[in-house]
Amino acid sequence: MKTIDLQKHTVRDLNQALHDQVEECTIREWEVLEPKGQHNIACGLDQNLSVDIKGHAGYFCAGMNKKAHVTIFGNAGQGVAENMMSGTVRVKGDASQAAGATAHGGLLVIEGNAGARCGISMKGVDIVVKGNVGHMSCFMGQAGSLVVCGDAGDALGDSLYETHIYVKGSVKSLGADCIEKEMRAEHIDELTDLLNRAGVEEDPKAFKRYGSARQLYNFKVDNASAY
Amino acid sequence: MSEDINVKDGLRESATFDRTTMTEIRRAAETGIYDIRGFGAKRKLPHFDDLLFLGASMSRYPLEGYREKCNTSVTLGTRHAKKPIVLDIPVTIAGMSFGALSANAKEALGRGASLMGTSTTTGDGGMTPEERGQSSKLVYQYLPSRYGMNPDDLRKADAIEVVLGQGAKPGGGGMLLGQKITDRVAKMRTLPMGVDQRSACRHPDWTGPDDLAIKIQELREITDWQVPIYIKVGATRTYYDVKLAVKAGADVIVVDGMQGGTAATQDVFIEHVGIPTLAAIPQAVQALQEMGMHRKVQLIVSGGIRNGADVAKCMALGADAVAIGTAALVALGCNHPKYDEEFKKIGSAAGFYDDYHEGKDPAGISTQDPELMKRLDPVEAGRKLANYLNVLTLEAQTLARACGKNDLRNLEPEDLVALTVESAAMARVPLAGTSWIPGQKY
Repeated sequence: MKTIDLQKHTVRDLNQALHDQVEECTIREWEVLEPKGQHNIACGLDQNLSVDIKGHAGYFCAGMNKKAHVTIFGNAGQGVAENMMSGTVRVKGDASQAAGATAHGGLLVIEGNAGARCGISMKGVDIVVKGNVGHMSCFMGQAGSLVVCGDAGDALGDSLYETHIYVKGSVKSLGADCIEKEMRAEHIDELTDLLNRAGVEEDPKAFKRYGSARQLYNFKVDNASAY
Repeated sequence: MSEDINVKDGLRESATFDRTTMTEIRRAAETGIYDIRGFGAKRKLPHFDDLLFLGASMSRYPLEGYREKCNTSVTLGTRHAKKPIVLDIPVTIAGMSFGALSANAKEALGRGASLMGTSTTTGDGGMTPEERGQSSKLVYQYLPSRYGMNPDDLRKADAIEVVLGQGAKPGGGGMLLGQKITDRVAKMRTLPMGVDQRSACRHPDWTGPDDLAIKIQELREITDWQVPIYIKVGATRTYYDVKLAVKAGADVIVVDGMQGGTAATQDVFIEHVGIPTLAAIPQAVQALQEMGMHRKVQLIVSGGIRNGADVAKCMALGADAVAIGTAALVALGCNHPKYDEEFKKIGSAAGFYDDYHEGKDPAGISTQDPELMKRLDPVEAGRKLANYLNVLTLEAQTLARACGKNDLRNLEPEDLVALTVESAAMARVPLAGTSWIPGQKY
């Protein structure tokens, strides 16, 4: 295991060392000490690495991640795992707004709560939040799944495309074109798999499913008031 | 009486309710929804035609038009990037998406630009292999929608352009209506086929310039600080936007005036939001100069550039390069008269066609229809674009030499005068024959 102390080295040093593993992977396990909320830690990874960040991370931690498994032993700032392509990012604490924004793949697990716009414009990532999510979560979500074991704030799934949303607790309000949908057997199976992959013990049958009503997919005069 | 009022056979057309206005009122009454169209602002605006160069005579020394060198190359991204982008000519191709344009059109843009040693730019929809393959210098746009955004393509780019806005619709996101969302376009954008796609108008994971500074840092970290990062803004509060963009860490700033084109947005947006390109350039240059960053952070200007005179005038006002979109499409064959009959069949005419969003372009450019696309030969169209870019460059050099300049970037506001009070005020150059710049001490 390689340990890098971010009070002795810069984020640039760390990221370059992690990026250097793409050509030839000599060290698979990495530990980052004293992050103290610095931004852009471990972003742009493209190798099957395990990176443990021992503390709080700032904005865009693990941004555009590919293949790597990043664990933040603390809270994460804005845009954690934004545009992730594959791999896993796990936040042991809470995550700020726009967690998993636009991410195309991989798994994002937030063991605490997530702020506003969790999963905004998500494009295929799976996100599992053990706590609550803030307002406008899954706004314009295109693909993938968002699982919320707690409550969801206002305007959940506004202008949704094809993302699957599962919420166990309450939903303060649904956004434009987002509706509650029937929970069929295939959805129970999908949710069971998501919870298992995230290592979260919850009863899938206790969740409700939400998705797009697909009424705003094409411009119609009758929908003008919804825009 | 205004010369705009048409008088025919004793009939008098209203200047306020002219036929175009009445047609739009009837269209709105029939459909109940705003007009969506492409192209740029069609209203008459103060523009580069309102400026003239002061060629050399007794007080200035000209260069020989065909013998003495006049440099056209420009290096962009010298502030932070390890690999700045070097253009042989200061005319680049603006961002236009695959989706809005056909694959052949994108390929033609790449071919033409590469022949002239300049760059093309992706667009809202990601990078296609054809585009990367044909563009020797490719700028990858980072847009609010993040359609197709991925770190592999990011690292393949020669520069990254963070798009905050567009001159045709500052404050608005892109549109791509269902007719053009083919299987390939849908897959690239992770959207269902046939939806009317509405791109976000603001970025999903940052708000404000302080956040943007961190975002730019992230893009630099992902690309190991190799390539320049541009920030593109639609021209509105240009002075402040440019200052904030510099503060956020931009290597290059792109200012797109309201004459800039679009593939699709509301007509009311195109015609009523933003400021003319002419008015934006002095604001941008002033902001850069006050920060001591003029020429250190390079300025690219776009929006209504048509000929070498426009290029030279932009550069005289302080731009380092220009970008063209609509003009490049016209060079490829957009709105060509040979398709006039077909334009008429779809309710338009050659030279007037702006319904790019409908995907029925007879010229095969703004379409995803496989049969229409075949009409555009990317090799031939690329050659035409290269010819056109060559003419722009030769014309700009001609004017620069006439002003005694051996580098296009040596052109300066002092070389220009204005024909109208409006253009003098906007461009901040004297009204011709006077030393009066409106708004400044006489």
